[in-house]
Amino acid sequence: MPGLLNKERPPVFCPGCSHDKVVRSLDRALQNMGLAGNQVVLVSDIGCSGLFDTFFHTHALHGLHGRALTYAAGIKLARPEARVIVTMGDGGLGIGGAHLLAACRRNLNLTLLVLNNFNFGMTGGQFSATTPRESLVGSGFLNTLEQPMDICSVADSAGAPYVARCSAYTKDLANHLQQAVENEGFSLVDIWGICTGRFKKQNTVGPGQLEQRITELPAYNGRIPANERGEYAASYARQREIRTEAGLPVAIEPRFAAPQQERVEAVLLGAAGQRVVTAGEILCLAAMTAGHQATQKNDYPITVLTGHSVSETILSPEPIAYTGITRPSVLLALAEDGVKRRKKLFGTLTAETLVLKVPEVEIPQTEATMKEIDLRAMGIKEHDWALASLAVLAGMNRILSLEMLERAITLRFREELQGPALDVVRTAAGGQLPDTG
Amino acid sequence: MSLRLIEGNEAVALGAYSAGCGFFAGYPITPATSIFNSMLGLLPPTGGTVLQAEDEIAAIGYCIGASMAGQKAMTATSGPGISLYSENISFAIGSEIPLVVADVQRLGPSTGSATKGADGDIQFLRWGNTAGQPVIVLAPVDVADCFRLTMEAFNLSERFRCPVFLASNKEVGQTRESLDLEAMETPRVLERKTAPEGEGFRPFAFQREDEAPAFLPIGGSTLVRQTSSTHGEDGYITADPEEIERMQRHREAKVSAHVDSFAFSEQSLDPEADLVILTYGVTARSAREALAWCRSEGKRVSLLVLKTLWPVPRALIREKTRGANAVLVAEMNQGQYAPEVERTVPDREVRFVGKMNGELVSPYEIKESVDAWFAE
Repeated sequence: MPGLLNKERPPVFCPGCSHDKVVRSLDRALQNMGLAGNQVVLVSDIGCSGLFDTFFHTHALHGLHGRALTYAAGIKLARPEARVIVTMGDGGLGIGGAHLLAACRRNLNLTLLVLNNFNFGMTGGQFSATTPRESLVGSGFLNTLEQPMDICSVADSAGAPYVARCSAYTKDLANHLQQAVENEGFSLVDIWGICTGRFKKQNTVGPGQLEQRITELPAYNGRIPANERGEYAASYARQREIRTEAGLPVAIEPRFAAPQQERVEAVLLGAAGQRVVTAGEILCLAAMTAGHQATQKNDYPITVLTGHSVSETILSPEPIAYTGITRPSVLLALAEDGVKRRKKLFGTLTAETLVLKVPEVEIPQTEATMKEIDLRAMGIKEHDWALASLAVLAGMNRILSLEMLERAITLRFREELQGPALDVVRTAAGGQLPDTG
Repeated sequence: MSLRLIEGNEAVALGAYSAGCGFFAGYPITPATSIFNSMLGLLPPTGGTVLQAEDEIAAIGYCIGASMAGQKAMTATSGPGISLYSENISFAIGSEIPLVVADVQRLGPSTGSATKGADGDIQFLRWGNTAGQPVIVLAPVDVADCFRLTMEAFNLSERFRCPVFLASNKEVGQTRESLDLEAMETPRVLERKTAPEGEGFRPFAFQREDEAPAFLPIGGSTLVRQTSSTHGEDGYITADPEEIERMQRHREAKVSAHVDSFAFSEQSLDPEADLVILTYGVTARSAREALAWCRSEGKRVSLLVLKTLWPVPRALIREKTRGANAVLVAEMNQGQYAPEVERTVPDREVRFVGKMNGELVSPYEIKESVDAWFAE
């Protein structure tokens, strides 16, 4: 098998740089695996490790600093058959830390080669996430104040099933790299090297010292049984098999005549737990059974199960333009929280607006027409009040009719929920629900 | 006729699916999250992929990888996420990567208000890339637009190999609306132009300066290079000023030269109009009511709703405002697009009406501005 090095662009690094050894070992590993250039995708980061893609005659993507793992994951998920190898320095690892953790947790079949030379070579030897505190670097004293991180331990605790640490000078580097690439899952190799252009100028460091330091750290030689599990793309493929496609929202044919033939606005002012948003939706569906257009906007806090819940609906035989509430036909006041949320609205109302309120709720001074509905006295549970208030309206043939409401309920709810909902409607509407088969 | 109650964000997802989107990645953010939710119901069961990213930078990064591997990809976020996308947006522009980005705008600046709408990102979308190269931004008015314009966004991103933004708004994305989906006219689905397979593929070679290069996927049988660095046609770094200049001109021209072919709009024109209301996004809905109101009082007013915001469809704006003395720009911000209109029709008086306080610009406010102009 011929090598995959790019004959037109031979590797160029600073004299003595250990990256050169990694390039040649990676080429040997790919050769040993019998891979052709179009079976390999090299994704390189920014910095000296970002030169790798140009030295190989393979697919290549060279992107933003620290983000190489994200591009690699996108490519791998789209092309599961490709061998995707990421080269990144200790700088890219630091800035892209979140992506490292995600890759370890996800276990997609990628190989990450970290060319760890303890500094930012290209920008003047500043300290990185792995620089020892005692090193002299281009960042003055700053590195003496920060603890270097052990890439392998971090990857291990984040769930990487394959983690190896070795020196770029080790004789069987190609073998190390091959094993990592061959592993079916996320693999990381922390390759310690020497930056001759920057780091070595100020620090005494040689291959022997690297080997020594590596032995002082926890040993990582590849597979981590405790982290071994299904590969992500394979697991994802199995999920694809068992998931069912979400259907479209139900299609509604017009079959009734609506009591009103102009734009009407209805505002439900309730609280979390009263199923206000669902009732707003049912009101829209009911209007649609009469061939009317509908819009619904909801307002509730980011916390759930507490606070206001407001639903604004507009129903009209014509296309609806402005979705704001201007002159509501109906206001359903079901809870203090909702009323408070729209308290300004009450001052603008005229007698044309009907306010249906439960006795538990105080409302601001208003000129609207009031009607009290004691839903509790009817034995209706509070979580059904929003639906029940629609039934009261339907009973009055205001905005919607009972047949429209009943139809909307059968469109909205699963069969087993339809009966209880229709019971609520029957109770609230005063037994006026017609028999419609 | 049959109607379905569909949320704007859901319609974006359905539009993406109909356009052949096979990959979606997003990070949860109000008010865009329901696009992610809807995509999750559509793609994995049909062979596609949805990822929940660890952050927004990753979300767009995953999409870039998938797009370069040949899939149609989309991500969705709100203003704070666009900030984090920015560097990768520049990558997608500079390296000609097809991508659809839905921005369901919320009230800013910064964290702002998660559940309030605004059109505050309009200039940010245009200029949120290093080098300031042109982008395509489409703005939906309603649920139907969310569906249709998302399909158009995919077509444009494939045709020009560039990111295309959908400038939605909480007030469009999180509003449910009845829609006759089956009766809607939708565009024919386009695919990116592919190059012949074989040795020596030049990934950024173009036939004409204003045409996108033919594409081959990373991971296919022909070797493909992609790079965020300043590159020539071969995808390798170049330092040759002439080649650099040529590529810059190409990226500018391929988008700017064709805007007339995708200047989406809607209009209600009075040939004798004294004033034209120009608007976009959710504010168009208020403008329609204001228009009817003004006309009922005998005022000669036209309405032009832009659905393509960038590149500015200047020829369209000039044509539709011809003869009028003034243009009133109505927008849900502090006047971001009005200067573009001023630049387009410098001989006309351009006024602005709008606000950015979480509330819709009302028909009444637009009507008041029209009245004020007529009263002068």
